[in-house]
Parts: sequence; structure tokens; C-alpha cells
Amino acid sequence: MKEVDARGFACPRPVLMTDEVIKTGENDIIVFVDNKVAEMNVSNHAEKNGYKVSHEREGRDFKLVLKK
Amino acid sequence: MNKKVSPLLIITGLIIGAAAVILTKFGNPANMGFCIACFLRDIAGSLKLHVAAPVQYFRPEIVGIILGSLIISLATGEFRAKAGSSPLVRFILGAVVMIGALVFLGCPLRMVIRMGGGDLNAFVGFAGFIVGILIGIVFLKKGYSLKRTKDIAAVGGYAVPAIFTVLFILFLAVPTMFVFSQSGPGSMHAPIFMALIIALVVGVLAEKSRMCMVGGIRDVVMFKDFKLISGFIAVFLAVLIGNIVLGKFKGFSTEGQPISHSAELWNFLGMVIVGWGSCLLGGCPLRQLILTGEGNLDSGITVIGMVVGAAISHRLALAGSADTAATAEAAYKVGGIGQNGKIAVFVCLIILLVISFIYTPKAKGNK
Repeated sequence: MKEVDARGFACPRPVLMTDEVIKTGENDIIVFVDNKVAEMNVSNHAEKNGYKVSHEREGRDFKLVLKK
Repeated sequence: MNKKVSPLLIITGLIIGAAAVILTKFGNPANMGFCIACFLRDIAGSLKLHVAAPVQYFRPEIVGIILGSLIISLATGEFRAKAGSSPLVRFILGAVVMIGALVFLGCPLRMVIRMGGGDLNAFVGFAGFIVGILIGIVFLKKGYSLKRTKDIAAVGGYAVPAIFTVLFILFLAVPTMFVFSQSGPGSMHAPIFMALIIALVVGVLAEKSRMCMVGGIRDVVMFKDFKLISGFIAVFLAVLIGNIVLGKFKGFSTEGQPISHSAELWNFLGMVIVGWGSCLLGGCPLRQLILTGEGNLDSGITVIGMVVGAAISHRLALAGSADTAATAEAAYKVGGIGQNGKIAVFVCLIILLVISFIYTPKAKGNK
């Protein structure tokens, strides 16, 4: 399981950081972002790469659980 | 939900395009229903930060877009005061993007509006814009990033919207404090409250749909995602159709286009600067206004950097000038930029290169 903390980074960094981990073939990824746009972008990108995405809130931030 | 198109984005694009045509019909300069760069420059002029007489007016559209974004982000709970992501670099990037945009005579949004108006010079600019974004993508892929933003006290998120709002209220209450062009583009404007209300709607829609001219191209190249660019295409189509319906469309050409020059090398390079710089900023000038409304103080500082860039541009004669129509006495004259402008283009490209390298760990050879 790998964790990606993309909180505070500007577009498109959250997707790029997630993509780096996706490319390693990791099946369980947790991604933290701090805004809805990043949540949507990371979610879309993960789904395109065959992951199931579940969404949770983590305080004011967003936690995406990606599973293949 | 992973959809190939976003209806909200397309509707936003159509409305922005239609709004641009309507604002021009009611007084804004031709092919300039919206122009984030030109309008910030006009505001700089109205504050006498520069004294280029034809381009001085306090454009309500800028205030409307910021406040529209502020209102909707507060309503949806998305407003979040943030700062701390290399503000001085963003200030500089804002100034650089503005200088590039004024060489071309438009921001990416105006570029699309000009394309829809039949201005082939804008298509050259579009090519430069794409090249600039491609350069930005090279650095993004190598890990380019400015520092993380952090949450700050709410007052910081309200600061830049408040500055623009206060200035706007002063503009309404005590217009004699400001300067207004008597001729030229600065003297051409739609009625204040029409401009404000239309811009508020645009601000709301652009915030909800995350409309971004740079993101559109970037997402196609990096992720083969056509969602954001569909908004861009919708703006173009709405402007084109609107111009045809109003009888303003006269075919595509490079000559005789309003507030446009056909010095194509500089159209191209000006928009390379805009594309590259906007990529490094994480969003086009319109997106910076929207983020400012969402409470992002770094984007607010970027917008202030753009205002300063506009002032520098006109004080030092860096900005483009439009082609001049032929008269009985003189032939058609291609506009463009003077010596200072050409030097500025190269300086801006070097600044972008330096910033790109400094903030890209792999490009420096480090891991």
C-alpha cells in the first residue's frame, strides 16, 4: 500500500504524483488532496487506469482510496 | 464519474462565448468581450500605474469574475484561504505572462475570442500557446513544482478580492479619482452593471466547471483527456456563431483585424510565454482570477503581478500595437512590437527557463 500526499500542490501535480505510483503497478494507493478539483482529477485518472475509487473526507481535505 | 465530456464545461464555454459577443455588442472593444490581460492592464491604467492614454478604464469584468468565484465557492463550502506557494515566483510569473500576453494583444481567452472573430493572427498565437504549454509539460513531467500551499487565516483569502472590491466601489462612488480613456479601447466599454453581472455569472460558472485554457491543452497532451478542451472549443463556437448571427463575421484574415497585429513571429513568441508561464503557474489568467476568488492568496498575488506586468509593459513600451489600416496617403502598416518589446520577449523566455530549472528537481540532476 502506498500513500500519496498531494495536499497543497497546484494542478496537475496531484495527478502526476498519483500517476507515478500507478506506473509502479501498486494495487492499493491512498491519495490525499485538499480541493475538489484535484479530487475529481485524481479520481478520473485512477478510474481510467482501472482502479476502483472510494472517497472519504479527512478534516477539510479529501482522501481517495484506489484499489485494483 | 469518469465521463468523456462535461456538460457543465460545455455550457460554461458557450455562455462565456455568448457573453463575450454580447459585451462587445454593448460597447466592449471588438473581439474583446473578455480579455483578462487587457482588462487588468486597463485597470492599471485607470489607477495611473501606466499612462498609455487609450487603455485606461476600471473594467468591472475583473471584479465580477473574482466575486462570482468567491460567492459560489463560499456557497458550496469550497472557499479555503491558502497561501505559501512561492509567492514571489508567482508574482514574477504573473508579470511575465502579462508581458507576453500584451505582446500578442490578448490573454488565452481573448485569443479564442479573436479566433472566433476570424482573426488568423490569433491562430498563430494559438500555435505559440501550444508550444509554450508543451515546454511547460516537459518540466512538469520531470517534477517541476512550486512549494505546497498551506491553510491560512480566512482574512488572507479575502484580501485580494477585497482590494478589487474596494477599488471598484471607489470607481463607482468617486470616479474622479480615476483616469478614463477618451479614445481607443479604454473608452469602449459595455454599461458598468451589465459588465459586472455578466462577469459574476461567468465567475460562478468558470469556478464550478474549472474552466482553464491551459489545462485544456495540457490534459490532452499529458493524459489524452478532452474534457477541459471542450470548454475552450465551446467558447470558440459560441463566438463564431454569435458573430455570424450579428453580421460581424467577415471571414478569416490576418489583415484588418481589430486590436490585432500581423507581426506573426511576435504573436507566436508572446503566446509561447503565456502558455509556458501559465503552465508553471498551474492555470491560465482566467483561472488565476477564479482561484483568487476561492481564497488562494498566491493566485491573488499572481494577479497583482499581472497588474504590475501590465504597468511595466506600457511604461517601457513593451506592448504590441495593432496594424494600421491603409489610407489614401499611406499603405497598410503591420503593427507589432518595438525594440524594447523584442528584448522583453527574450528576457521573459530566459526568466521562464530559469524558474523552470530551479523548481524542477530532476532537471537539476538531483533526485
